[in-house]
Amino acid sequence: MTMTAKTLFAMSRRDLITLVIFTLVVLAMPMWLSPLGAAYPGLMQKFAIYAIFALGFNILFGLTGYLSFGHAAFLGVGSYTAVWSFKLLSMDVIPAIIFAVILSGIFALAIGYLSLRRTGIYFSILTLAFAQMSYNLAYSVLTPITNGETSLQLNLRDPRVLDLAFAPRAPGLPSASLFGHTFSGLEAFYFCAVVLLIAFFIAQKIFSSPFGMMLRAIKSNQTRMNYAGFNTRSYAMTAFVISGMYAGLAGSLLAITDPLAGAERMQWTASGEVVLMTILGGVGTLIGPVIGAWLIKYFENIFSAFNDSALHHFFGFVPDGLREVVVAIRLQICWRRLAIDPRPAVRACRRVPARRDHGRGSAYSRPVRQWPDPATGHCFAPAGGGVTP
Amino acid sequence: MSQSDANIVLHVADVHKNFGGLHALADIDLQIEEGKTHAIIGPNGAGKSTLLNVIIGRLAPSRGAVVFDGKVLTGKKPHEINQMGVVRVFQTPEIFPELSVLQNVMAPAFAKRDGAFRANIFMPLDAEKTIRDEAEDILNNVGLFERRQSHAGSLSRGDKRRMELAMCLIQHPKLLLLDEPTAGMSRHDTNTTIALLQKIKASGMTKVIIEHDMHVVFSLADRISVLAGGG
Repeated sequence: MTMTAKTLFAMSRRDLITLVIFTLVVLAMPMWLSPLGAAYPGLMQKFAIYAIFALGFNILFGLTGYLSFGHAAFLGVGSYTAVWSFKLLSMDVIPAIIFAVILSGIFALAIGYLSLRRTGIYFSILTLAFAQMSYNLAYSVLTPITNGETSLQLNLRDPRVLDLAFAPRAPGLPSASLFGHTFSGLEAFYFCAVVLLIAFFIAQKIFSSPFGMMLRAIKSNQTRMNYAGFNTRSYAMTAFVISGMYAGLAGSLLAITDPLAGAERMQWTASGEVVLMTILGGVGTLIGPVIGAWLIKYFENIFSAFNDSALHHFFGFVPDGLREVVVAIRLQICWRRLAIDPRPAVRACRRVPARRDHGRGSAYSRPVRQWPDPATGHCFAPAGGGVTP
Repeated sequence: MSQSDANIVLHVADVHKNFGGLHALADIDLQIEEGKTHAIIGPNGAGKSTLLNVIIGRLAPSRGAVVFDGKVLTGKKPHEINQMGVVRVFQTPEIFPELSVLQNVMAPAFAKRDGAFRANIFMPLDAEKTIRDEAEDILNNVGLFERRQSHAGSLSRGDKRRMELAMCLIQHPKLLLLDEPTAGMSRHDTNTTIALLQKIKASGMTKVIIEHDMHVVFSLADRISVLAGGG
């Protein structure tokens, strides 16, 4: 028993030092992010969650070289599963996470089984096709499960059989909890941070293990791997499933911090984002994708703060008439860069029925209240008062 | 080519291989005795490498079968054939250029020990002492011990070939197929490789060598087959 535990936690001195430093950096985020203006729980939660997503993606892309363009599908499956766990079973986060990881793993097994028959660009296109198929199905035939473009959210009439077996139904919508303790914003961040540390430790174990070396060898020369007696497909499949489970875990954490799951999490832009995070930080390195995820989420946040008044202030040196033009152009560029179109959200606020956006990723199809009004900086309330009673 | 009285470990039975209208192999019948070194010689384009490709499962024969140790190899996947004990050194070195020399040699040892697949993530690579020691021993034998931490991609062609040989030897194969093992090597490296192969020969490993260099062939071969025009 002691031997097993020793093996389980055995790691090199260098890995141990990396883990200790990483732990300190993550847990001290509220301190060192404060001067950068990013020390608020919502953003720090995203840092932790997307770091998990990128870590998992890197196990597939960084080690085996298989570039998946459909990893957001697993993120979406994780979110939907977690919200369904909240709705049907309990608001406790542990079953939500377990179900999300298992289901996204099974989903990854199915997609991997078909996609891993091909390599290179053909593999990428297949994963992209499956993810887009999932995205479109979530908006069409799977609406009873996904709630379509309204997004899957909590409801006052949810069965929550486990919770209600022990306590009567409380007024109002419940929040995610851990063993009965409801999270505050900062607590939710620390929960995500602990999950990130566990995910990082597992990734470290994979990187330094013989299994990790086999995955690198697949990237290096798959032919030789076959003629050296390895079933490379099983190795690639395992990496794909582990990676999908990481994405599912990240998806469930997104639902825990905000119990709302929309199909836009499965969209190709979300898949592309994790590719960018990994490449930006350094493919195949352990810490690189984490830094990539933090940088992208940080700058996304900085850019989203660029509103009219901030830009007017910035371009104060430009003559009056010209300044309006410069600010208008600059705003357009900002919104485009973020793939955010504020207009449907504005329409939603005015209670004008919005059109289906058919995958253009409008703000209406996103959880609307997460997106700030570019003019005022205030968040929109969802159309129709948000949660249905 | 028949040695009916001997202990036959590999039997290539009436193998044909056609590429469209081209008959790369025609009616090949070859028997390899256990523990012997069998050289196959012939001009370029005679089908020597195609024959090896058929044996290791890279190519499926158009007709005929390959039997190894009483089991039919035809139709099996390359990794299954390797797991049965048939290992090949390629004409153009097939290595893992991004891994270190030591890792290149360690990797095949895991296939030998753990089978075609094992998701072993708990034991760190550095803790695999037995495999590491064996890999270092073999690297010492092929003269690459000093370069064990180098990137395999940075080795010279001759060194890559010796490393590939080490990758095959660590699996202790029942049958070792060598496709021009000394091609591109200097005379000194060739002699070192011959000495190494003679040492392996003493251990009783069965080998099939394809070679143009008659000095190598006569130094190592117990039997010689000539392949010309695919037959």
